[in-house]
Amino acid sequence: MASRDDIKFLSNPKIGQKRTKYCRFKKFGIKHIDYRDADFLLQFVNGQGKILPRRITGNSLKYQRKVSTAIKRARHLAMLPYVTDMLK
Amino acid sequence: MKNYEVTFIVDPVLSGDEIKATAQTYVDQIKGEGFEIIHVDDMGLRTLAYPINRRNSGVYFTVEFQGPNGELIDKLELALRRDERIMRFLCIKLDKYGVKYNEDKRKGLIGKVKKKQDKKGRGNNAPAKGKGGPNSGPRRGPAPAPKRPATPAPAAKEAPVAKEVPAPKAAVATPKEAPAAKTAVAEEEE
Repeated sequence: MASRDDIKFLSNPKIGQKRTKYCRFKKFGIKHIDYRDADFLLQFVNGQGKILPRRITGNSLKYQRKVSTAIKRARHLAMLPYVTDMLK
Repeated sequence: MKNYEVTFIVDPVLSGDEIKATAQTYVDQIKGEGFEIIHVDDMGLRTLAYPINRRNSGVYFTVEFQGPNGELIDKLELALRRDERIMRFLCIKLDKYGVKYNEDKRKGLIGKVKKKQDKKGRGNNAPAKGKGGPNSGPRRGPAPAPKRPATPAPAAKEAPVAKEVPAPKAAVATPKEAPAAKTAVAEEEE
């Protein structure tokens, strides 16, 4: 029997599907967000250095607050820029 | 017991000894007030994200300490503010998770675990964002890609043959390799 993997579709059937968002901090049990880890925080800002909304990152409110605090601390310590362009 | 953490940036123009001495004065001050130093982290010379006092780099230090109360903090902040060698500083109170995090980080647990999680996070996050981080590329590739290269790979070997001969013939000639031929047909149709 041909399983779904064997069937070839002309167009990618995954394209139209909605990707479920989730809070990575809840999922992986991360309790503390370090403001010194600039590479990690870089995932939560856009190319201009602005904090991305929950709508896009999928963070829960609790951790979005912590993320934003950590980013603001990192900015104060010049680990992340306040304003920039082409950050990524 | 309360846990605190102070991070400060020392002017890089000073000589190496002076920089260390600057950090040491604050460590001594904290000790002198009866606080217990848990860890002093010398993060070294780093490039700043934006210039501060016309300097583009700075030497970062982090001191983690614990004590019975927070009376020291005001004095410490005043001393840091007055000091010309300090470019920036940040004092924060650590909650229990912060303390545990720092412990784990010193043991080297965080780096590994985080990286793994980072990749996972990035892989799922990057497509949602629509633009990938630097690491999202390799992670993102395998996720949708495997099915295409995995099955077309055998087909790719026969693809030149299948293309030379009209597709239906290939299918008839090699019934055993029907799936491969099918993919070839599918590819041609595309």
